[in-house]
Amino acid sequence: MIALKNSTLSRKVNSYALLLIMTVIAAGMLIPFLLVIINAFKTPAEYAAAGPLSLPKSLYLGGIIEFWKRVSFEKSLLNSFVISFSVSVIALILSCLNAFVLGIGKIKGRAVLLVLFIIANTLPQEALAYPLYYMAKLFKIYDTQLVVILIFSVIQSAFGTYLLSSVYSRFPVEIIEAARVDGCSKFEMLIYIILPNSKASLSVLFTFFFIWTWNEFFLPLIMLVSKAKQTVPIAVSITQGQHNMDVTMASASAMLGIIPCIIFFVIFQRTLTRGVTAGSVK
Amino acid sequence: MSDSQKKGYLPFLIPGIIFFLIIIAVPFAMNVFISFTKWTGVGTPDFIGFGNYIKILSDTVFWISFRNNIIMILAVTVIPTILGLIFAVILFDHISAYFGLKTVNLIRSGIYLPQIMPIAIAGVVWGWILNPGFGVLNWILEAVNLGNLAHNWLGDAKTALPTIMFIMVWFQIGYPLVIFMSAMQRIDPELMEAASLDGAGWLERLKITIYMIRPEIMVVVLTTTIASLKLFAQIFVLTRGGPGNATLVPSYFAYQNFFEKARVGYGATISTIMTIIIVILTIIFIKTQLKFEKEESA
Repeated sequence: MIALKNSTLSRKVNSYALLLIMTVIAAGMLIPFLLVIINAFKTPAEYAAAGPLSLPKSLYLGGIIEFWKRVSFEKSLLNSFVISFSVSVIALILSCLNAFVLGIGKIKGRAVLLVLFIIANTLPQEALAYPLYYMAKLFKIYDTQLVVILIFSVIQSAFGTYLLSSVYSRFPVEIIEAARVDGCSKFEMLIYIILPNSKASLSVLFTFFFIWTWNEFFLPLIMLVSKAKQTVPIAVSITQGQHNMDVTMASASAMLGIIPCIIFFVIFQRTLTRGVTAGSVK
Repeated sequence: MSDSQKKGYLPFLIPGIIFFLIIIAVPFAMNVFISFTKWTGVGTPDFIGFGNYIKILSDTVFWISFRNNIIMILAVTVIPTILGLIFAVILFDHISAYFGLKTVNLIRSGIYLPQIMPIAIAGVVWGWILNPGFGVLNWILEAVNLGNLAHNWLGDAKTALPTIMFIMVWFQIGYPLVIFMSAMQRIDPELMEAASLDGAGWLERLKITIYMIRPEIMVVVLTTTIASLKLFAQIFVLTRGGPGNATLVPSYFAYQNFFEKARVGYGATISTIMTIIIVILTIIFIKTQLKFEKEESA
């Protein structure tokens, strides 16, 4: 009896110790975010005098405003939003069309096509970068949002095709047969039967496409050279290391880069966790 | 369905195929072709056969970048997978039993948070913390009288790569954690109880867990290995491959050859080699996915 009590007690002590450790780790993960945020609101003089760990004495917005003006941050936000939103819409349409053929139609050679789409999605972007850059210049769409939208619509839809095809391949055959017997055309079947019945997967994909595109770096860096066209990650990161950028302005810039992501996280948290675990692919 | 019924589907594939050809297939084929040439990006490329490939075999800079990338797999795949597994077991088995799901979700969200950011922004955050002039880390070290430890973390060839690896562990760890925790929900709790009654210690229980969630472990290992071979943004933001070539990785080396050194053919060679490795990993990934699906349905 006593031994049993001891073991439950020690299990309890153990659990508290583990809780403490995990809480410290989780808090430690957040420290970089906290440091960036508290220092974004300090004057450089306050930073120099009191160091990075104290809370700001007053909310100084000078660093944030100065950085905002320097990169025209409202333009970066708008660019990122327009690009990510357009990509999500186009990629979703392409994914649905492809998956309709591969998952529902189950045409010959679909396995090969699926493998091609997966490879298209995992391909390193540097293996496409120079020809895309060259073609963009040739067709005079270099340094436009259009070229970035086109490229990522295809790259994201490659993943979407893979995921949706597997969802659609499990679509009840009876419903498809019934629709066919009722004289439903393929197009009507897609619009009125398949799409309404896969809303959950479509919303997960839309969210992922949006955030992935927002976070992209390599190809937007190459394609968008003028300041007025750049996305948030590019605008924030290429201003780093400019010699007239002071310490608190640098933290303000990092904070401005983080805030949209935190907003997305809060809005999409449920869809995201559902998606990460359902597709278990990033 | 008969073949004639299946035919009706093909027109829906046309937009997807056209886009695929223009954005992926043609540029990729061009890149492979360019890798067999010497080209500055203007004028006509000179066909030189396997010249670039022969040159790359003895190019120490390429091999340094390749070695750095292999080391990076430790920080992107190996360490996060192991830590993610340990954290998932602790949260799932111990903390949720005593403190409830809310506590678990809060801790999980905290650890996952870095994952939601663009890696470039994560680079900006850490570049600011590690800045040799005004950075937080050196300030703290000075404040606790460890000033002699303070130095230019990213500017010293000895510490640059380990520092970036540390940042990558911080960035990556939420991904395996979230996947493993959801995978563990599949495990029948009775299985674990039965094992405990049979006197299984934590090690045996861990072994059972690993066995049960091995499909997800494979997914994490392969997807993160592929991701680690594409590392670019954090190198661009934090070190530009330096100091020297201490943090150079192939994707950045290819970028330099394309856009800074005007050695387009050589850049195409580097990226073609990386593509071959990634495609092999992708095929392994697909094969294991199919294998697990078969086992599931069997």
